[in-house]
Amino acid sequence: MVKIRVPVKKIIPKLPDLSKHVIKLSEKTLEETQKANVFFLEAGNFFLFLFSATRESFSRHFEFREFLRQCYQIGNKTLPLISVTGLIMGLVLTIQSRPVLADFGAVSMLPGMVALSIIREMGPVITALICAGKIGSGMGAELGSMKVSEQIDAMEVSATNPMRFLVITRVLAATLMIPILVLYADALGILGSWAGANIKGSVTFTLFISQAFRVVDFMDFLPAVVKTFFFGAAIGLIGTYKGFTAGKGTESVGKAANSAVVIASLLVIIIDLIAVQITDMLL
Amino acid sequence: MVKTKTDIKNTEKTPEQVIEIINLSKSFADLDVLKNLSLSLYNGENLVVLGKSGSGKSVLIKCIVRLLYPDQGTIHVLGKNVSKLKRKELALMREKIGFLFQSGALYDSMTIKENLEFPLRRIKKKLTRKEMDEKIDEVLENVGLTDTLHKMPSELSGGMRKRASLARTIIVDPLIMLYDEPTTGLDPVTSDGISELINEVQEKYNTSSIIITHDIECARATADRIIMLQDGEVYMEGDIDDFENSTDETITSFFKQQVHNTQKKIIKNG
Repeated sequence: MVKIRVPVKKIIPKLPDLSKHVIKLSEKTLEETQKANVFFLEAGNFFLFLFSATRESFSRHFEFREFLRQCYQIGNKTLPLISVTGLIMGLVLTIQSRPVLADFGAVSMLPGMVALSIIREMGPVITALICAGKIGSGMGAELGSMKVSEQIDAMEVSATNPMRFLVITRVLAATLMIPILVLYADALGILGSWAGANIKGSVTFTLFISQAFRVVDFMDFLPAVVKTFFFGAAIGLIGTYKGFTAGKGTESVGKAANSAVVIASLLVIIIDLIAVQITDMLL
Repeated sequence: MVKTKTDIKNTEKTPEQVIEIINLSKSFADLDVLKNLSLSLYNGENLVVLGKSGSGKSVLIKCIVRLLYPDQGTIHVLGKNVSKLKRKELALMREKIGFLFQSGALYDSMTIKENLEFPLRRIKKKLTRKEMDEKIDEVLENVGLTDTLHKMPSELSGGMRKRASLARTIIVDPLIMLYDEPTTGLDPVTSDGISELINEVQEKYNTSSIIITHDIECARATADRIIMLQDGEVYMEGDIDDFENSTDETITSFFKQQVHNTQKKIIKNG
């Protein structure tokens, strides 16, 4: 019998070519590392800026005239926008809540509920978000364009500390004016709410206010006001930081203004969350 | 009192030298902008620093006022080592230096009067309101801008902005003037006016100046001495005749290029 020898094929397992994946992975890792580096660099720069601003704010030479000018800029020029927003906020909140409360037969609770939500949350947060848009972007763009056109350098060589003149005054003005604007928005919100309550009913202003403040007490009011100082400081700091560290060219002015609004708005929300948690723990 | 090492160094400086730069180096990332550059500015002198864009001219004068920190080397201004000055000392030193920026750098949210008042209120603190107004009127008259007192910088032409900026610089009576491209972006006639003004400022206020430029006409009109920078190093030093009679290819091509640019400007401006 003839034996046919069949050649035995060595089976070599086909391994996938990993080199491409390894290269892709290392590229991705490098990219992510660079992103992380940029983040940490930015965070480091911000803390240095914060440290420098804090140190300068205790300086003897306070630029009082510029501080007053900034208070005027922030307060007076934001007033129309805050007035309209505050009024509409109270009006809408009342119109939206009324039918739900009516279903439960609790329309008499409307003034208190609206006043409480405006004072504790809606007033501070909405006003701060509007200020982040208007004031934050304004500071970012103004300081950014000053940086690009060498005005900050010119200030520095004429023996003026730009941190003291431009940053401290703006941050302090924002810290002081935003709580005042919030109180003003709260008042107009309650006025708007009274107007809303009169669309489908009839209630005197005195009765509305007395019903509203039967529910609201001082401890609803205090934490809400305290957190607005932090909102103001955050908006001022981010706006000035972004402007102060703007790059070269007109494009960077737009970027500074844009990122100032985005980061300041985000910070307002984060501070609000922290403030709510702290208030909840303390009260 | 024990003398520090810096004090000893400072006293060694000759009074004639208002600025002395030794082996200055400055780089940005991988780019070496200035390489071991050394130069001196003497009292009452107009030193023009010529060079192509990117040759490190502006970086040089920004290092002098410490807007930029040098990587290596020392800069002595009026006998003081700039790198070692503390914040207050630096501010005092800067009060003696006038810096005219390329863009003018007028504060655009202030009127011309407020722009001039700004350094005056900080540096000449003892002046009364009346003295301040007189000083403002005087410098504006010197630069030929008497009717612009209440105008905003945006309402002025490029040349007027440069003159207003020069007025803001000289209002505090500086000892040293640093001009960063004073004639850039201006038409030839306005450029000539600015060059004349630089000479007038030097005569009237007895300043020592460094004029950074690539404008040959400005150099010709203002220079007592010229230094040409090439790739962050001093390429040639001399007076205007040395440069114009030079047969070196780099110098001749630079001069030809600048003359060509001036002709183009003249044609463009009619």
